[in-house]
Amino acid sequence: MAEDNGYLDMQLLRFSTAGSVDDGKSTLIGRLLYDSKSIFEDQLLAIEEASRSRGNEEVNLALLTDGLRAEREQGITIDVAYRYFATPKRKFIIADTPGHIQYTRNMVTGASTCDLAVILVDARHGIMEQTVRHSYISSLLAIKEVVVAVNKMDLVGFSEERFLEIKEAYCKMVNDFSLDMGNITFIPMSAKLGDNVVNRSESMTWYDGPSLLTFLETVPLPHDPEDRLRLPVQYVIRPISGKFPDFRGYAGMISAGEIAVGDRVKAYPSELSTEVTGIYLGAESRPRAVAGESVDITLKDDIDISRGDVIVSEKGVQPGVAQNFEIDVCWFRNSPLVPGKRYTIRHAAQDTVGVVKSIEYKVDITTQEKIYDTDRLVMNDIARVILRTATPLIYDRYRENRAMGSLIFIDDTNDTVGAGMIVSES
Amino acid sequence: MANNLTHLAELEAESVYILREVAAQFEKPCILFSGGKDSIVLTYLAYKAFYPAKIPFPLVHIDTGHNFPETLTYRDDLVKRLGADLVVGYVQDSIDQGKVREETGFNASRNKLQTVTLLDTLAEHKFDAALGGARRDEEKARAKERIFSHRDEFGQWNPKNQRPELWNIYNARKDMGEHFRVFPISNWTEMDVWQYIFKEGIELPSLYYTHRRKVFKRDGQWLAAEPDIIQRREDEEVVELDVRCRTIGDVTCTGLTLSKAHTVEDIIREIAATRVTERGGRADDKRSETAMEDRKKQGYF
Repeated sequence: MAEDNGYLDMQLLRFSTAGSVDDGKSTLIGRLLYDSKSIFEDQLLAIEEASRSRGNEEVNLALLTDGLRAEREQGITIDVAYRYFATPKRKFIIADTPGHIQYTRNMVTGASTCDLAVILVDARHGIMEQTVRHSYISSLLAIKEVVVAVNKMDLVGFSEERFLEIKEAYCKMVNDFSLDMGNITFIPMSAKLGDNVVNRSESMTWYDGPSLLTFLETVPLPHDPEDRLRLPVQYVIRPISGKFPDFRGYAGMISAGEIAVGDRVKAYPSELSTEVTGIYLGAESRPRAVAGESVDITLKDDIDISRGDVIVSEKGVQPGVAQNFEIDVCWFRNSPLVPGKRYTIRHAAQDTVGVVKSIEYKVDITTQEKIYDTDRLVMNDIARVILRTATPLIYDRYRENRAMGSLIFIDDTNDTVGAGMIVSES
Repeated sequence: MANNLTHLAELEAESVYILREVAAQFEKPCILFSGGKDSIVLTYLAYKAFYPAKIPFPLVHIDTGHNFPETLTYRDDLVKRLGADLVVGYVQDSIDQGKVREETGFNASRNKLQTVTLLDTLAEHKFDAALGGARRDEEKARAKERIFSHRDEFGQWNPKNQRPELWNIYNARKDMGEHFRVFPISNWTEMDVWQYIFKEGIELPSLYYTHRRKVFKRDGQWLAAEPDIIQRREDEEVVELDVRCRTIGDVTCTGLTLSKAHTVEDIIREIAATRVTERGGRADDKRSETAMEDRKKQGYF
């Protein structure tokens, strides 16, 4: 099975799509899934039937992703849906998120695990409020690759002029708002007709870039080049068995850098150094491991390390240790964030108590306007706040390391009520 | 997509991470083990996550009494090999206690009744987290479910008010009497599962490979006539064919696929060419458009 074995070597790309009613997002996803044979006959039959019973004239591809009863009844996307497809080159996970402002929080949730964002623009309407919102959220969540898919080109006569106009307007928007957007790629397409989705368009010979799928299959994603190993310890493995009487393994997912047997490492918060004696994944012992892998390591010296501690390279860039932070917050719930209220803060594997000392400003994500003198945050608000934690957090800035720079707020109902991204120490 | 890991390495790392979070954040978790390939892969991942220690969770099997004997043989062998604990909840007990009523007729199934047995078993053993092998690509309601999925004191799922789940931070806080369902292989597809089984050389119940079996056809679907559990209509003729299971539930809701696949490679080739979803063979999903969401709200797997 030579050709099947080839599939075992694929890489995984996670991307988000955001949009609302009528922008063609469902059609686009439907086409990516259909053309990559990820929609099956029984699924297609089921949505054909459901479309008919709703009185829709065409097959409503949104029914593929809008899985909940409430969504199907109201005809809107409420929650993030995850969709999966593969081509011979890569595997993809789509986090399909709603575009409406009242679901900003779901957009943030969807973007939090993605490497790339696809932002849909209707060629007839150009940059809309929601385009700005999606772009802002991608920037806030530090998405490094953004694709602006200028859709429905068939409805503007496949006009290059119109495409360039939108491209220019988008660049100006990004510039005006001084967003750090990562790389931006513009692709003119017609999801309905299939132009530049999987295959290059014959109606837009003026466009010499890749189709969306080709781009998704080939876009290189940045590695972290620096020597900054981060292994937040989740769990300590101690078999206490006859065969392994003294085994003590520190388990966790490497969130940055790499680690090799023989490396000198330092544990935080104790800041004691030692040497790596073993790296394991299951029964397999290996000489080294890299970011993204879940491993279990053994150390030469018996130093005190437990859940929440972080193992880093002794020589490399060290993490910050602080109790006061400037952070960007997105609030999720009706119960408002008020300064002075105590929350549980979960960061990497650490849990502590935290209090927002002050709200610096709230951001109107449609106009990017900063609103000062805000005394509370409500659902879907995005703001810059000052957070103080009861115990120090071992952290990196969110833009440098997502896992070490992100945190959530948990309130006394046990609910996750907000998300935070560390901007800097305050 | 970190540092050129393959998709299988990345999915494995994510699942191992989730399993370790479960061990760290809950008091008494368990693995829901059905004998199907997804729960087998899940158990295998748990073995990897905690090696050289034993899996720190018992395996829980909800037994409808309508099993393929091959599933039980496999289950008992696996438990022995792993040195794991096994807890079995019997649907028959729930029926005998008068908590559920046995369905009758040609389409009778104990699938729906399992929910009550499951919730009772979780409560009896005070399990606060039940790990399941459900995947988001299986079904549209599952595509929306969190990896750490909260259940209220009645075991119910509330799809409209799920906890936000960001990055890889999982919040397992809950009140007394509530529990969580956790789905470590949420992001795997059917193909990923098979590729992983191939790559790791994981042993499966023989039902997944082609074998001769007495079967009959109902609503375009082949069902097992042996073991002789499903009540057949007079016109439903029993024939002997080469079949295999694409998913394994209990006998009443497991559709059989005509197949000559002898090996995992054969199965991967077969899936690559197939045009029907694996749950396409599941009678339990066909009851209504939102059958899965409705069952999940009640506390189903």
